[in-house]
Amino acid sequence: MSEKLSADSRCEQTGDEKQDTQEKEAVVPERAEEAKLKAKYPNLGQKPGGSDFLMKRLQKGQKYFDSGDYNMAKAKMKNKQLPTTGPDNNLVTGDHIPTPQDLPPRKSSLVTSKLAGPENHDSVNAACGMQDHN
Amino acid sequence: MAGVAGGGGGGGGNDFQWCFSQVKGAIDEDVAEADIISTVEFNYSGDLLATGDKGGRVVIFQREQENKSRPHSRGEYNVYSTFQSHEPEFDYLKSLEIEEKINKIRWLPQQNAAHFLLSTNDKTIKLWKISERDKRAEGYNLKDEDGRLRDPFRITSLRVPILKPMDLMVEASPRRIFANAHTYHINSISVNSDHETYLSADDLRINLWHLEITDRSFNIVDIKPANMEELTEVITAAEFHPHHCNVFVYSSSKGTIRLCDMRSSALCDRHSKFFEEPEDPSSRSFFSEIISSISDVKFSHSGRYMMTRDYLSVKVWDLNMENRPVETYQVHEYLRSKLCSLYENDCIFDKFECCWNGSDSAIMTGSYNNFFRMFDRNTRRDITLEASRESSKPRAILKPRKVCTGGKRKKDEISVDSLDFNKKILHTAWHPTENIIAVAATNNLYIFQDKIN
Repeated sequence: MSEKLSADSRCEQTGDEKQDTQEKEAVVPERAEEAKLKAKYPNLGQKPGGSDFLMKRLQKGQKYFDSGDYNMAKAKMKNKQLPTTGPDNNLVTGDHIPTPQDLPPRKSSLVTSKLAGPENHDSVNAACGMQDHN
Repeated sequence: MAGVAGGGGGGGGNDFQWCFSQVKGAIDEDVAEADIISTVEFNYSGDLLATGDKGGRVVIFQREQENKSRPHSRGEYNVYSTFQSHEPEFDYLKSLEIEEKINKIRWLPQQNAAHFLLSTNDKTIKLWKISERDKRAEGYNLKDEDGRLRDPFRITSLRVPILKPMDLMVEASPRRIFANAHTYHINSISVNSDHETYLSADDLRINLWHLEITDRSFNIVDIKPANMEELTEVITAAEFHPHHCNVFVYSSSKGTIRLCDMRSSALCDRHSKFFEEPEDPSSRSFFSEIISSISDVKFSHSGRYMMTRDYLSVKVWDLNMENRPVETYQVHEYLRSKLCSLYENDCIFDKFECCWNGSDSAIMTGSYNNFFRMFDRNTRRDITLEASRESSKPRAILKPRKVCTGGKRKKDEISVDSLDFNKKILHTAWHPTENIIAVAATNNLYIFQDKIN
């Protein structure tokens, strides 16, 4: 599944701003991109780049699970379902009570790498006329 | 450095052409995360090519000896050994999941019949010995041929075991495990020219190890601020100088490189040289710092230059000149007007690597859409090529690719908006003496060679 860049039409601007941006864009494309970003996310941090990215980078791999919270929640919600994770199940903090199911199981891929498998030669396909790639 | 094949080529000249040689890996549309290649490295002779993946596995390919009866399999790389280097772990004390992904592989120079390499994930470095066994002892006294122990009381005579040939077996065994020295995530390892020590670098610290000693390492760089709120930059890559065993460099997320000399002090927090290109303040934007972050730094084989890769360009620096690079090559400048989208889909944080050819006359780095770029430093010509199954007929010449940046798109050009940003070429490697390159395209490894005359 390929991921395409969004077309510029996503970011709507008024007539005046658009002309301004177009001029800027000719000179400094980065600034135009920055304006687009700020238009979409007005609360974006003041400092450019900055510590937010760095802290996120340093905390990669951090998982949160509190057995106390978990058992309390289970006790309170005896008859109801425990809340399941939303789409972002890597950031388990705050209101969400993590369950053992949230922590992805420690997988291990003790399967031989496919790189070590037999090579797929296209020479046969080529001779027969390759499938159509547009 | 041997000027064998390096002289002519590597660049985009008309006098030189790259051909498809081999491709390794599955053709599945659905790529399992574990199969994504995370590092590629030739050994010192170029006869061995190692890959590491997100599943913690290492696959080593060996170049076949040239065979007169099969001239077309000139120097093909075939599987030599494969093993599970790292496994996923969970640090219960810190509630931290440790990925098994192999971040880097570095070979040691060969000193005997066995081959040694260092492989690392985020936390632990391992020294692996890869050795061949082609003989087996037969005729033991205390056990019979299938390994069952013989009853010692039944033995009436002694014999001397004989060595008999057997099918070649390649064994990989972990000889050293260098653990518990990094609080943050290891991004680089580099073997020193003294062949006795190596460095490992994480986001905030660099440690020096002796290859024989696993229970101690020296911290040589520490940029952790006393107050983490004051953190402004992290270490992104580090490498030892190829000849001077006291010199190493490390790059930062702010686009700077520091060269350190271990003779000047035990803790190299103070650099000997500081490389930074002055920035035009009027062009500063929210993205400036992010795209200036250096994702890779590599010394030239000569040791006179070093190359850095940031998001949009590759720069060559003369070690004698700190205030600006001597050469700058644009990899995909057309992405500058797409930074907003690239920030939203996180691609702006992709870490591309770069490499030199054997003679330092050319450099190579990856891009998106399975494109990779080569620059010839002498002729200043550049070329864009693609690693794809479509151009993978044996010895097919690779056609140069071109990205259309606006206006009318010519036939065969591809427009910026059609680029596939999931097809990233982050890892490439160049054979140390010949024009053979290995390009990792997600879960596939492509090998290209120069045209055979």
